Amino acid sequence: MRMKRMAAIAAAAGLAVTMAACGGDSDEAGSGSGATGIVGKAESQKKLVIGVKADQPGLGLQTGSQYEGFDIEIGKIIAKGLGVDAGNIEWKTTVSANREPFIEQGTVDLVVATYTINDERKQKINFAGPYYIAGQDLLVKSDSTLTGPDQLAGKTVCSVSGSTPAKRIQENYPDARLQQFDSYSKCLPLLDGGQVDAVTTDDIILAGYAAQDQYAGKFKVVGSTFSDEPYGIGLKKDDTTGCEKVNEILKAAAADGSYKAAWDATLGKSGTPAPELDTTKLTHCGA
Amino acid sequence: MSTSSVLYDHPGPRAKVRNTVLSVIFGVALVGLVYWIYSKFDQANQWEGWLWKPFAEPKTWTQFILPGLWATLKAAGVGMLLSLAFGIIFAVGRLSEHKWISIPAGAVVEFFRAVPLLLMIFFVFYGLPYVIKQPVTAFWSVVIGLTLYNGSVLAEAFRAGIRSLPGGQSEAAYAIGMRKTQVMQLILIPQAARAMLPIIVSQLVVLLKDTALGYIVAYPELLQRGVNDLAANYGNIIPAAMVIAVIYIIINSILTWFAGWLERRTGTRRVRVPRQRAGTASSTVVEPQG
Amino acid sequence: MHVFSDPKNFDAFLSSFLWILKLTGASAVGALVLGVLLAAMRVSPVPVLRGFGAAWVNIFRNTPLTLVIFFCYFGLFVTLGLSLSQDLFLNIYWLGVIGLSTYTAAFVCEAVRSGINTVPTGQAEAARAIGLTFAQTLRIVVLPQAARSVIAPFGSILIALCKNATIVGTIGLMESSSVMKDLINFNGDAVIPIFLVFAGTFAAILIPTGYFFGWLANRLAVKR
Repeated sequence: MRMKRMAAIAAAAGLAVTMAACGGDSDEAGSGSGATGIVGKAESQKKLVIGVKADQPGLGLQTGSQYEGFDIEIGKIIAKGLGVDAGNIEWKTTVSANREPFIEQGTVDLVVATYTINDERKQKINFAGPYYIAGQDLLVKSDSTLTGPDQLAGKTVCSVSGSTPAKRIQENYPDARLQQFDSYSKCLPLLDGGQVDAVTTDDIILAGYAAQDQYAGKFKVVGSTFSDEPYGIGLKKDDTTGCEKVNEILKAAAADGSYKAAWDATLGKSGTPAPELDTTKLTHCGA
Repeated sequence: MSTSSVLYDHPGPRAKVRNTVLSVIFGVALVGLVYWIYSKFDQANQWEGWLWKPFAEPKTWTQFILPGLWATLKAAGVGMLLSLAFGIIFAVGRLSEHKWISIPAGAVVEFFRAVPLLLMIFFVFYGLPYVIKQPVTAFWSVVIGLTLYNGSVLAEAFRAGIRSLPGGQSEAAYAIGMRKTQVMQLILIPQAARAMLPIIVSQLVVLLKDTALGYIVAYPELLQRGVNDLAANYGNIIPAAMVIAVIYIIINSILTWFAGWLERRTGTRRVRVPRQRAGTASSTVVEPQG
Repeated sequence: MHVFSDPKNFDAFLSSFLWILKLTGASAVGALVLGVLLAAMRVSPVPVLRGFGAAWVNIFRNTPLTLVIFFCYFGLFVTLGLSLSQDLFLNIYWLGVIGLSTYTAAFVCEAVRSGINTVPTGQAEAARAIGLTFAQTLRIVVLPQAARSVIAPFGSILIALCKNATIVGTIGLMESSSVMKDLINFNGDAVIPIFLVFAGTFAAILIPTGYFFGWLANRLAVKR
């Protein structure tokens, strides 16, 4: 009897140790760390891991087991250009805070996740693109008289904690009261209920929320952006070849209409015409 | 004092009336409060059909809630096994006669009991990769965080359990010529583990609830999938949170009931915590982490 | 350590811990009062009160604190319109205190109830024999004796409460975990020192607290 129990405990402990050992070399560990960058990986393995957002309607939204949105379509265009079938893309959910670590550590090969190109990030990773120029804006109730961030003094604004939009409000508009959550989907019921006066982040993200069925007609995007957020595609810092290749693919996509098709299938559904992809603004890939 | 009824006399006619009156007053107040809350939620349109409709669709369950529940159970299950291993190792370590083992073991246990789980999961996810030069997945961040904390709690519980055994047990074992390791393995741990079984199961409830903190590293557990992601799709965050809360309560109630059943079954053999050095003792059992 | 030599970061660090201490303090009082009340309900002769106490404990003990705090914000404040302060952070603070108190009270209640069980039956029987009512028996005879044996569990609950206070960050209070997250986001090169400072501060506060309660429990223990 005693022996049996002891054996059970030992087995449990042994199992635990085995599992810990397995954890050490989980499947992500080796991926994408080849010296030849994403071009090499796409050629040799015919698959890619792309980091995307999971909670942004219109851009990157996980609807059950699928992902959909403009970022997803851009990801598919790039994969196609690299010779990888859409079925061989592994989508991986990222949040704002873990995008650089994911690229640096090789958890993902590419990040297409409302990822603003800036100098601070360029120190750690390489950016291709931009494929879209967004700007920080405000989402308000349809009958609101707010027209811009200058009127935010004494008003309550909702955003995501640790995000660049939240930091910008804190620094540039210190008189605004900032309510922070871990996701934008928590801000919307507050805007609906009148507990906050505005929700702030990039205009394109706000438009995605405003276009959702359940909020149709309730909210509007103010339309006076107060920052430039060029959305780039993040890759490893030393992957200049991959970055140049992605820029070529984007150029081709602008020319052959697949960029417009990607827009029309996602954010364009609400009737907004597709923006022009300005290929003169593409990055120099750190070169 | 085993039953609470020793606290009051068997109610006579007057006490019965008084108890009934109190019951009615309190009951009415309670019903009134519930109705008030209901009507307030109604005013806020929280009972509207479209908010609840997603829960009638199979997709909500098969693609959001059930995968989330599975991720929660998986993290809790693996976390529990690792916590048990961690707990046994560090309990034995802390009971060691060698200072160079017992002091570091004690320091590790004390440290991880004092650091909020939220900080730990966050650090494992963002900080550890810089140390080990390898990414740590959200799953392992949650599991490692849970293991360090719950393992430390269990280590203290085991230690109290081992020490609570009558001294005669180990004396008799030594008398028949067993070595220290044998005494620990064959005599002390099996007896302590049996008596600690209810505590282990109640710790599992704590662990299961704590997986919810995985949201900080976007681990797709029940709360993340069922509340945040579901609401991003359907904009029904309050109804979603209600449904998820009910699921948590059902699962944890079953586990709590199971712990109680085990406790009743093991009955008189329940661990008596030594009083001499309290603070490390029964206290660990009810630790209400997130 | 360059992160903390920036006065702005250092202030954020200090004020974040101040929030934690304030949350812990107010919630400890709330949970103690509520928990003892619930324990009294659970052992009372009135069935509805007993049921209420049991339901409270079962619901709050089995729900993740994150959800309890969520409901305080989205239920009490957003839906029921309970606004506790004009100030944004103070409002979140008080909602957090309500959440932490109601959640922790369930654990206090259980600790008190098992404390009551450690008081010998003869004590209550004697109290009843001299004609004390239920409330008097509990207040004058049983609870004061039970108090000694609940000190150790209370210590653990208090420590857990202090750590749990970080969860109020999920509704937007800039407490320790949120500030640590921010600092790490904007200082990726100093992840480890940042963690050690935050975790170390918790350890420096909570480990001595644990030993203090252990000492106190031992000192006041009823030697039977």
